[in-house]
Amino acid sequence: MSEPLLSIRGLRAKVDGEDGEILRGVDLDVQRGEVHALMGPNGSGKSTLAKVIAGHPAYEVTAGEILFEGEDVLELEPDERSRAGIFLAFQYPAEIPGVSIANFLRTAVNARLGEGEEMDVFGFQRTLTEKMEMLKMDPGFAARYVNDGFSGGEKKRNEILQMAVLRPALGVLDETDSGLDIDALKIVASGVNRLSEADEALGVLLITHYKRILNYIRPDRVHVMMAGRIAESGGASLADKLEAEGYDWLHRAVAAV
Amino acid sequence: MPRNETITELGLDEYKYGFVTEDQPVFKAVPGLSEDIVRQISHHKEEPDWMLEFRLKALEVYYSKPMPKWGGDLSKLEDTLDEIYFYLKPQDQMERSWDDVPQEIKDTFEKLGIPEAERKALAGVGAQYESEMVYHSLKEQWEEQGVIFESIEDGLAKHPELFRQYFSTVVPTHDNKFAALNSAVWSGGSFVYIPKGVKVEIPLQAYFRVNAERMGQFERTLIICEEGAEAHYIEGCTAPVYSTDSFHSGVIEIVVKKGARFRYTTIQNWSNNMYNLVTQRALVHEEAKMEWLDGNLGSKLTMKYPSCYLVGERAHGEILSIAYAGDGQHQDTGGKVIHAAPNTTSQITSKSISKGLGRSSYRGLCKVYDGAEGAKSNVECDALLLDETSRTDTYPYIEIDENTASIGHEATVSKVGDEQLFYLMSRGLDEAEAMAMIVRGFIEPVAKELPLEYAIELNRLIELEMEGSVG
Ligand SMILES: Nc1ncnc2c1ncn2[C@@H]1O[C@H](COP(=O)(O)OP(=O)(O)OP(=O)(O)O)[C@@H](O)[C@H]1O
Ligand SMILES: [Mg+2]
Repeated sequence: MSEPLLSIRGLRAKVDGEDGEILRGVDLDVQRGEVHALMGPNGSGKSTLAKVIAGHPAYEVTAGEILFEGEDVLELEPDERSRAGIFLAFQYPAEIPGVSIANFLRTAVNARLGEGEEMDVFGFQRTLTEKMEMLKMDPGFAARYVNDGFSGGEKKRNEILQMAVLRPALGVLDETDSGLDIDALKIVASGVNRLSEADEALGVLLITHYKRILNYIRPDRVHVMMAGRIAESGGASLADKLEAEGYDWLHRAVAAV
Repeated sequence: MPRNETITELGLDEYKYGFVTEDQPVFKAVPGLSEDIVRQISHHKEEPDWMLEFRLKALEVYYSKPMPKWGGDLSKLEDTLDEIYFYLKPQDQMERSWDDVPQEIKDTFEKLGIPEAERKALAGVGAQYESEMVYHSLKEQWEEQGVIFESIEDGLAKHPELFRQYFSTVVPTHDNKFAALNSAVWSGGSFVYIPKGVKVEIPLQAYFRVNAERMGQFERTLIICEEGAEAHYIEGCTAPVYSTDSFHSGVIEIVVKKGARFRYTTIQNWSNNMYNLVTQRALVHEEAKMEWLDGNLGSKLTMKYPSCYLVGERAHGEILSIAYAGDGQHQDTGGKVIHAAPNTTSQITSKSISKGLGRSSYRGLCKVYDGAEGAKSNVECDALLLDETSRTDTYPYIEIDENTASIGHEATVSKVGDEQLFYLMSRGLDEAEAMAMIVRGFIEPVAKELPLEYAIELNRLIELEMEGSVG
């Protein structure tokens, strides 16, 4: 078997300059082409894990490693990780007033192409229009300022639009489903599925609280994070059990260890 | 300073060109200001007597007024004023060679991708032939419409009555110390006249006109936009103005007649030793509209508050400004709107960016006179700090003598946030690019009002400034 797309070993992390550990020894492998769901109670460290994978400077990794396509990425800057193929769809995307989506995304696309090989405005516009159609977004959206005044659902859809345009090898989707209405959820889920079909090696780490999205995007594995560790892993049926029983049984199990 | 050699040779030049008369000693520019210098300036420009008298009176006013105590730090300015040359003949100004231009300025031209031929012109070491040709063909077009677009000197010489009718009516000599100084020693600038009902499509660009005489330290511009006329005037350009001068004090006067529309755009990027103190004012008549678009980069201290005196009913004034204060720079900018007639409206939008030890201040005045019923004014000033050390402050002055007036004021200060930077970087932009994108977005509401090529150049320039690589 070839090396995993993403391999996390014994990862410990805390907020830079503070004491308490948030991630307390995370182990996780995602193979190429797999969809992994990551669930777990509020505050258990899911977003922290996502941001540490993407290289957020607020966190300090105190132990462990993150290998992406076999390479250690901990020393890489967030932009280098992005260009290497890691994509994070934010739980709370930042607003960038005055910068249009089109302009921002074209800059991001060109940042990963060599000098002199940049995409021209028209070529880019075609790609963008196509992806926006796939996500049933109004064409006028491209001219809007990034996340500025967007509704919660619009922000989430915009994150998936970026993933579709940037075509990463790994997509970490942090609660992309929350805040989406039922129709939007279906559109976004089918968008992600289309990306998986177009690129069979695409790996997805899907952070969610709800089983609902897993009806559309079928996970190969489901993990539960508790207090900074993966406390339980299983097949898709684990999500059903969590939906039915909540986290109590896991709390007890964790406490018993 | 390369200047000094030029100066010592000056005596000979004077003789050669026959400027010497019985009662006039050979002209020798000496540093500092005196009545003699003022007489020399007027004499060299072959001005009418009234202008000489005007200048001399202005000099007295200048001496009588104290240095302003507000705004930026002017404590070292007096020393600077003792050292500068208040007047140099145009041909002397040109006698600087490309070799004298500092390397960092050359590098900036290179980075901005300014064509070879233009670089020399911008550095003040050569004429700008291409532009000159463009200018001449445009000039013919304008002349057919009766538009006058001349140097201020030619304006006075060729259109003496028109000139005298308006000159110094918008910014009187005693308005402030630096207006008085400018009135005494002004040299260079534009004279523009747009006849009644004429709409000038292509912006009048001083950039085309200024090549024989480089922009003066004491530039003076007078613009008259007649009833129902429309025009856009653009002053300066975004490339750094390389100058060995350390003081620039201009006066811009604009009259916008009934129902006319006028826009004045300046983007200036001064070298870092410069005190830049400019008085820009427009008199806006009934139903007329005046817009100032003002970009300030560089300089040690800039004090500049474009103003609109709304003197006719339903007159509208608008001031949009962008300031960038890098290390060691203080941009004290803003705007003034004076509502002196009913139903007048105004809008001030100010955007400032500060970095390192830079400081930007917004200073604005909104005055509504008694009787200016239904006047409306709105001020919006936003400051962006790029780091922990930069600084910004706001000084809004509001004086309202009319109780039906409605005034809005909104000020925001923001820091480039870590979350914004991380968001952009997580999409593959490196840190510098991400920072530049945030700044571009911040100034976008004002920059989008600029002609495209200016907006692009402004953005590039701010990026270069942010890299700290511009001298
Ligand atoms: N930058 C930070 N500064 C301080 N505390 C932080 C920071 N980031 C995370 N934490 C803390 O770490 C813990 C884990 O937070 P995290 O956002 O990773 O949880 P989560 O599992 O994503 O929760 P949710 O399901 O509510 O999104 C929380 O207690 C949170 O307050
Ligand atoms: Mg979270």
